[in-house]
Amino acid sequence: MSDHDHHEDGVSRRRVLECMTWAGTGVLWTVTGGVPRSLGLVESAKAAEAAGMTFLQISDSHVGFDKPANPNAKGTLEEAIEKIRAMPAKPSFMIHTGDITHLSKASEFDDAERIISQAKLDVHYVPGEHDIIDEEVKFYKERYGRGTRGPGYYSFDAGGVHFVGLVNVVDLKGGGLGNLGDEQLEWLENDLKGRSKSTPIVLFAHIPLWTVYPQWGWGTEDGARALDYVKGFGSVTVLNGHIHQVMQKVEGNVTFHTARSTAFPQPAPGSAPSPGPMKVEDSRLRSLLGVASINFKQGDQRLAIIDTPLQG
Amino acid sequence: MNSINRRDFGIAVVATALLSVGSARAEDTADPLAVHIDNFVFAPAQLTAKVGQTVTWTNRDDIPHTVVCAGKFRSKTMDTDGTFSFTFTAPGDYKYFCSLHPHMTGMVKVE
Repeated sequence: MSDHDHHEDGVSRRRVLECMTWAGTGVLWTVTGGVPRSLGLVESAKAAEAAGMTFLQISDSHVGFDKPANPNAKGTLEEAIEKIRAMPAKPSFMIHTGDITHLSKASEFDDAERIISQAKLDVHYVPGEHDIIDEEVKFYKERYGRGTRGPGYYSFDAGGVHFVGLVNVVDLKGGGLGNLGDEQLEWLENDLKGRSKSTPIVLFAHIPLWTVYPQWGWGTEDGARALDYVKGFGSVTVLNGHIHQVMQKVEGNVTFHTARSTAFPQPAPGSAPSPGPMKVEDSRLRSLLGVASINFKQGDQRLAIIDTPLQG
Repeated sequence: MNSINRRDFGIAVVATALLSVGSARAEDTADPLAVHIDNFVFAPAQLTAKVGQTVTWTNRDDIPHTVVCAGKFRSKTMDTDGTFSFTFTAPGDYKYFCSLHPHMTGMVKVE
């Protein structure tokens, strides 16, 4: 982007487009009339005019990761936060869908906090499996678990939307997938009970709540039970990370979506021998971390998972 | 046949000696029992060990893994090139998995 894109009195459409597009890091969500919509390329030009509440999702920052797929995951998280700071429309808050750190080291949590706090936004976290591997499994809860239950689940309301942060990375069983567990599911059932069915619901958790690719563990064993509890609600949005790429499906009133990582890309299901970090040319890395956007419309009945193109 | 001639005896002794040397050497020089983690897979997925033998797991992925056998052993998180060893003191089938990526499973059969 060059200087002439800037207008003296504001931000040009192209400038907005660029910021919104990059915010795929960073998926920007806006709630208009109570229905969460992500702001993709198509809609991004309208973003500045979007009414209602806007919130941001970042995921899988893996602070501490320094392998060939991205020797400086801290740096790309910093870049992501910079871009968020530069957004013309300030989101109300952020959610982070886990894998804040790579190895749950205190220093990694410190670095993550220092960088993410630069966005100057409230952040609602859920842990990824990389955030609970310190010896005593205490760092995540000490830092982000205040006021949460069990390993860190909770709910809150914002802008007329009911948000539920779920933990599906604890107490995993051999041969299985992500796991919510009976206690959390019972809590969820009660949490949703008695709420008006017209309340838009956002569920967020690290591992996808729907089965993306079980061969790589990309799914949640008892996710269907959670989805049962939200069946009667008019608008349900399920936001996840873990798979380091955008994936989406719409089923009835439920929209499932995964966000990109700010650290490194992972391959499409089955396209590589393993789900491990995908090394790409340096010049392509940032496009895989942030450029492609997503867009969905309420009432879309497509059942297929949509693998959004990496660019454009 | 109630007797054995010298020559046969000699052969029998030599054969026995060779056998014992052979088996002793096998134990002394056998590679340590190793399981490697590559591409989110334990290899070999199944391994046979004798009571008293030690198995060492090595993580060769760019992602951390663990080795967990419910009620028996649990490794710390192994980062790239990290290892974990366990000495098996009782026979049995030890099914284990990675607690971070539970679709990764393996077994050590101890005889």
